[in-house]
Amino acid sequence: MRARAPQRQAQALVLLLLGGAVVRAAVTGASTRYVKDGLRPFLIVAGVLLLATAATTFWYDVRRPTDDEQDDHHPHDHHPHDHGHVPRVGWLLLLPVVGLVLVAPPALGSYSAVQAGSVLAGPGAGADYAPLPPGDPASVPVLDYAARAVYDAGRTLRGRDLQLTGFVIPGPDGGPALARIVLSCCAADGRPVKVGLSGNAPTGVPSNTWVTVRGSYDSAVGRDPVNGAPVPYLRVTGWEQTAEPGQPYE
Amino acid sequence: MSIAEETPSEVSPAAARSAPVRITPVEALAAVLVVTMLLRGRLDALLAGPRLQTWTTVFVSVLLQAVPFLVFGVALSAAIATLVPRSFWDRALPRNPVLSVPVAGVAGVVLPGCECGSVPIAGSLIRRGVTPAAALAFLLAAPAVNPVVLTATAIAFPHRPAIVVARAVAGLVVAVLMGWSWLLIGRADWIRLPHRPDLEDASRARAFWTACRHDVLHAGGFLVVGAAAAASINVLVPERWLQGLTGHPAAAVLALAVLAVLLSICSEADAFVAGSLSQFSLTARLVFLTVGPMVDLKLISMQTAAFGRRFTVRFATATFGLAICVGTLIGTVLL
Repeated sequence: MRARAPQRQAQALVLLLLGGAVVRAAVTGASTRYVKDGLRPFLIVAGVLLLATAATTFWYDVRRPTDDEQDDHHPHDHHPHDHGHVPRVGWLLLLPVVGLVLVAPPALGSYSAVQAGSVLAGPGAGADYAPLPPGDPASVPVLDYAARAVYDAGRTLRGRDLQLTGFVIPGPDGGPALARIVLSCCAADGRPVKVGLSGNAPTGVPSNTWVTVRGSYDSAVGRDPVNGAPVPYLRVTGWEQTAEPGQPYE
Repeated sequence: MSIAEETPSEVSPAAARSAPVRITPVEALAAVLVVTMLLRGRLDALLAGPRLQTWTTVFVSVLLQAVPFLVFGVALSAAIATLVPRSFWDRALPRNPVLSVPVAGVAGVVLPGCECGSVPIAGSLIRRGVTPAAALAFLLAAPAVNPVVLTATAIAFPHRPAIVVARAVAGLVVAVLMGWSWLLIGRADWIRLPHRPDLEDASRARAFWTACRHDVLHAGGFLVVGAAAAASINVLVPERWLQGLTGHPAAAVLALAVLAVLLSICSEADAFVAGSLSQFSLTARLVFLTVGPMVDLKLISMQTAAFGRRFTVRFATATFGLAICVGTLIGTVLL
């Protein structure tokens, strides 16, 4: 790259900002709104590499301040239009920096959950479900509840007092449903898992409100209108509003 | 077969004299940041709608997910371009290009990586004298079939081990066939590698870091374009549109092939999305898994940057067609 010193430094600044934003998101845990928790160490290593790339640029400039990179052989190199192929497109990397640091969008919620079909689909029958953890009520992840209810006919759920945490969405039957976004990699592949709520279901709460519901297994099964996936039900006995958990995804 | 490097465009001296007073890039950058900071409240209000908010979340998350793979891929590619001697590739790959294609394809299988990382690596391989056919087979095979991707597929399709085998076979077959087709009909002048004098720096360390800086900015910038496109598709195309297509087998295959291109999901994650597209046949979902890692919006954007437009138009179209055919065939036989 025939970058002149000011361009080189601007490029290094972009990398510095990007690396800093990535490391910050990983260290503060803000990254869990967008990607899996397991990616955090990799984000830190990648961010540090970006910072090192920026730092070496400044370092080489300080050591050989007047020496423009390898461009002594080309008389045209100092012309402003001859960037060779200095990646102007690299400026776009400021967008994720702005997104991460200034906008910091929230985790996926009810809007995406209503748009996409429940992930509880495909084969799963025959799996051997271990008994629920002890506790009264027993805390069960929404995805786990749905899988046990649909593929195991609620065998491990019957007779237990259960507690699920998720956000409220309009359900397939018009009543409220509980949803949680399941992430396999990043929010782009986030798909909702939905559980219909019967009994004393939360009414009058706006969509996207995080709630913890208590209740018991309900053998009813509905259909997600988006992809026809089965949507199991929970008979609610009580519920309360909660704050969004630190790990919004399952 | 030698690949011409792009030479920097010559500019007339007249244009040079008329250059206006220039703002340095650092000043421009500072101005952009100040303006953004000042408009922060406006920015939040602007992004308050659920659609735009989802768009921003998906955009940021696609990039965050890709950053480690991009950075590690770029570091590996910079190492190939500056630290690994040319003679290594002569010894590592068979001299006969017909044989080197499958060898490179299998080498790609061993390397766990995402598609974002393999583009700069393939570029560096060609630069270091590896025959383009082999480098392209590597480019296609590395993200499509590797241990991480196949494990993810096995988890996403429990009790259906056949789809893991089918995915591995389909990915390798497409990669090797594309490599061989390049030997048959590919033309060296379709590939235009950007001119990179920095790689010949006397100091290897300096050349390495310069290559890192350049590739992150270059590939990363195009990744931003791809991520924006993928986020738009994610928000604008509701899943229920697909519902009507499930009845026709051929339409289903085509729909999922196009969806794979548009969604641009990382190959490590696409199996889970395919798993949730349960209303489609397994063959259609296999096509989704075969096309996705090889042709998608962010790859097209990055390949255009690395190899030039003339190359990408032909290569992406051919790969897309071949992946659909091979995926359908193998799906019909194995699933």
